[in-house]
Amino acid sequence: MRKLTGAFLATLMATSIASADPVDDNLILNEETEIVTRTAAPAHLSDALDEVMSGWLFRGTETRAMQADDFDNPGMIFVEQGQDAWNTVDGSEGKSCASCHNDMDSMAGVKATYPKWNDAAGEVRTLQMQVNDCRENRMGADPWKYDKGDAINMEAALSAVSRGLPVNVAIDGPAQSTWEKGKELYYTRTGQLELSCANCHEDNYGNMIRADHLSQGQINGFPVYRLKNTKLNGAHSRFKGCIRDTRAETYKPGSAEFVALELYVASRGNGLSVEGPSIRN
Amino acid sequence: MRISVISAAAMGLAASVAFADEVLPTAVSFDDDGAVAQSLSGMAGDAANGRKIVGDKKQGNCVACHEVTDLSDVPFHGEIGPMLDGAGSRWSEAELRGIVANAKVMFDDSMMPSFYKTEGFIRPGNAYTGKAADDTFGPLLTAQQIEDVVAYLVTLKE
Ligand code: HEC
Ligand code: HEC
Repeated sequence: MRKLTGAFLATLMATSIASADPVDDNLILNEETEIVTRTAAPAHLSDALDEVMSGWLFRGTETRAMQADDFDNPGMIFVEQGQDAWNTVDGSEGKSCASCHNDMDSMAGVKATYPKWNDAAGEVRTLQMQVNDCRENRMGADPWKYDKGDAINMEAALSAVSRGLPVNVAIDGPAQSTWEKGKELYYTRTGQLELSCANCHEDNYGNMIRADHLSQGQINGFPVYRLKNTKLNGAHSRFKGCIRDTRAETYKPGSAEFVALELYVASRGNGLSVEGPSIRN
Repeated sequence: MRISVISAAAMGLAASVAFADEVLPTAVSFDDDGAVAQSLSGMAGDAANGRKIVGDKKQGNCVACHEVTDLSDVPFHGEIGPMLDGAGSRWSEAELRGIVANAKVMFDDSMMPSFYKTEGFIRPGNAYTGKAADDTFGPLLTAQQIEDVVAYLVTLKE
């Protein structure tokens, strides 16, 4: 009985999988910067996937078009706010980010390597953690709240100057144990629905789950401007929403669990272009 | 009536009443193939209500993953699991009950959620709040809702 059914199900599933593939389309930003939205999977992922794909390929024609031109991309308003904050003096030391780093363009390439091991601190840090370290220890300013206004605007601005560069986070050396932790979280079936990230984003990308077209759940496009809530959304907030949807107790943005998960999920997109701020529904 | 009312707290169930013949989520007996012969509520299912549960986002939400031609009035059917058309011809009532109660018994590691199960979860939450489960935690569907869904699935003939 069981074997017969398996074969029967396989036929059924095979027919439905073909119907909702990602689109065949290329993203060129502002008619000049080519964005790699699909490429060979990084070596560490080759057992699970042949190809990695940006979430952009899974969105509708209009949403995709909006992202191709900065004038149409609502996320760019927040990038400008982040750039303003870059040049604004804050805190007891009378400094702005620019006081130490020159202009924002000098940060090109940085976003592509985060999360990243920090030797002095002895931990893997996300970009937002690093920004807060500068604020607290160099500027004498208060840290920004994780994934909220100022923090997410700055992450978007730092991402914008890295667009088109390949995501390239390191997973070996001292970062490895954090990466392993993130990997374990990715494959853990949480909540009352007992679903893991992999159930939806590895086994079923391309398929519809109710009204949603499942992507690979990549974060190369983060921060993401969502048409649904008309603001920038951080990767940790997205993780939180997905875990909540498994009827589970979530983790908090900025938590050690989400830092590890971010490193792992980012590494699944090694080779895709940095794309944030991108647009999703 | 042959019904005895037991307090929800004492039962640890979300439903406010439980019936004497009801099989608790922790006491369901699956046969070797993952089928469940006995009605979980001790009563017959209501196919019309089952049809509602299968299509309703707030109840079974089965169409999140399955397409059902008979429910084409409900928008957006998923394509994670097989189409349910003809499920009543492919499976016996007992098998359908087993699949809906806990599909993982029949299909190893199935992605399908276990609708009549209360134990063994990792970080169970309080519905979709993102908060930890509290003492209102119960199975995704009640015993009678499972029976209603099974009664509906039986009608989906080839
Ligand atoms: C029940 C299914 C489900 C599970 C489980 C799930 N997600 Fe998602 N996720 C979705 C849906 C639906 C979307 C929106 C459509 C899309 O981009 O796939 C989404 C979107 C995302 C996105 C945004 C992708 C983009 O390009 O905008 C990321 C990142 C993501 N998920 C990561 C995760 C991670 C990490 C986990 C596990 C902690 C997870 N998801 C678990 C359903 C799920
Ligand atoms: C998150 C996805 C998901 C949800 C929600 C879901 N299922 Fe399933 N279901 C599956 C998958 C996947 C299979 C295929 C079995 C397997 O190999 O795991 C399946 C198999 C089945 C089968 C046997 C398939 C056949 O027709 O031959 C039936 C019947 C079924 N499901 C009914 C239901 C009902 C009724 C509900 C809601 C109360 C439901 N499912 C909710 C994913 C789901």
